[in-house]
Amino acid sequence: MIAIKNLHKSFKKNHVLKGIDVEIRGQGILALLGPNGSGKTTMLKCFLGMVIPDSGEILFQGNNIIGQYVYRQSVGYLPQIAKFPENLTGRELIELMKSIKSGETREDALIDLFDLSSELDKKMSNLSGGNRQKVNITLALMHDSPLIILDEPSAGLDPLSIKKFKDFLRLEKERGKTIIVTTHIMSLAEDLADDILFLLDGQVYFQGSLSRLLELQMEESLENAIAQILDSKKKSPSHERYIEV
Amino acid sequence: MKDILRYSFYEMVRSRWVYIYTAFYLITTISLWLLSNDNSKVLISMTNITLGLTPLIGLLFGTTYYYNSREFIQMLMSQPLSRWNIFISVYGGLAITLCASVLVGVGLPMLFFGVLQTETLSIFLILLTMACTLSIIFSLIAFLVAMRYDDKVRGLSISILIWLTFAILYDGVVLLLLLVFKDYPLDQLTIGAIVLNPIDMARILIIMKLDISAMMGYTGAVLSTFLGKTWGTGLIILSILTWMLLPLLSLRRLGNHKDF
Ligand SMILES: Nc1ncnc2c1ncn2[C@@H]1O[C@H](COP(=O)(O)OP(=O)(O)OP(=O)(O)O)[C@@H](O)[C@H]1O
Ligand SMILES: [Mg+2]
Repeated sequence: MIAIKNLHKSFKKNHVLKGIDVEIRGQGILALLGPNGSGKTTMLKCFLGMVIPDSGEILFQGNNIIGQYVYRQSVGYLPQIAKFPENLTGRELIELMKSIKSGETREDALIDLFDLSSELDKKMSNLSGGNRQKVNITLALMHDSPLIILDEPSAGLDPLSIKKFKDFLRLEKERGKTIIVTTHIMSLAEDLADDILFLLDGQVYFQGSLSRLLELQMEESLENAIAQILDSKKKSPSHERYIEV
Repeated sequence: MKDILRYSFYEMVRSRWVYIYTAFYLITTISLWLLSNDNSKVLISMTNITLGLTPLIGLLFGTTYYYNSREFIQMLMSQPLSRWNIFISVYGGLAITLCASVLVGVGLPMLFFGVLQTETLSIFLILLTMACTLSIIFSLIAFLVAMRYDDKVRGLSISILIWLTFAILYDGVVLLLLLVFKDYPLDQLTIGAIVLNPIDMARILIIMKLDISAMMGYTGAVLSTFLGKTWGTGLIILSILTWMLLPLLSLRRLGNHKDF
């Protein structure tokens, strides 16, 4: 579904993506992991055309999408730091989103899921952090898109909301969607993910199934496996990479 | 495109500054008319006022408007819309509002005062066209400055510098140049000086129409004697169009390269 080939991106002198090669074939949930500043958000923004890559190719359903925009009709995107006009209410934003992007919508299901209806008539600037995030998620997922990209979706959500949201994502997966999630909460990744994509210093350090990663690192939990990678990298920075497809 | 334009336009008319700006034109036009009761006098005064004010307001509104729209633009960026479509529609909301302020503030009362029936009609039309043109050019330049500089204070300072340059410094520098090189033939230099400043062009276009040579100043006189009125007007219109086209091209370029 998605193929990224030798993707490079620098911001001034900061070389953030150093030749990313990724292939995401089928449906299911992919957890995009990596330490702060490793380039996860930048890679996703390149896919969405918000950041213009310096070189490399990005294919979506077989077509090169750099400079294109129609493909975004098939993508639901939750930004890590959502930027919306602050003086609008959630309801106005939902209407606005509907007018921008065509197709069936299902905002009511999401509003129900998060119990949001009483918050929708408040201005975005007056919402609590978690409720803002719920509106953001609603905006990202209200169109029934085959590809869902979520950059830190759990940020600010309470445990019950996280649980409901996880259930929602599992259902989406069963309906055949491809979902990419970044998170720093390892238990969330462990819970949801079929596959792991681990970025380190702007390169793909590991791509493969969760169980394969645990096996390679000889660890029981994802948290320990990741900690071990980061630790061994500190000791020998030129550590060999594992890439499994 | 239509939805973005509509939203941006609503966003603009939510701001009370737009109303203050429009009200200023309304009040000035009406007071001037009540004082003089003479359409052509009102038009001359309003020419001076709008030519001074539209570039300044265009620059100030243009920068702040872009900074206020940044969130909206980022939200649109991940939607199935082309970058050009996003930027031109968001900018369009600004341009339409600024032009509407002039049309409502100056145009409406003048219509009411019967400007259509008098021989001042053509001056009236040129005045409105030029006020809108200057609003469009300078707000677009400000929009570009704001796109280029993420820091608000920096963007706003640069916009004010641009206004100072075109509205105040420019004439002084040109005059100085003319004085320094007064022993050489200066026609080309003068004409060059005119087409490099949209405010000068707008002023000369109106003054040539008004046919008040006294107000034309040296540059205007050179233009009409050297090129003749028709050619002079043609050159000015061409230059003004270039002044709109070049920023539009940079909007496209900058829009296609900016990271969000
Ligand atoms: N628009 C930008 N301009 C300049 N530098 C940027 C920009 N966006 C990201 N960067 C830089 O790129 C690097 C990677 O940032 P990115 O946001 O991709 O990291 P991340 O993996 O998503 O981190 P986190 O886990 O904290 O979200 C950082 O050093 C950041 O400073
Ligand atoms: Mg990030």
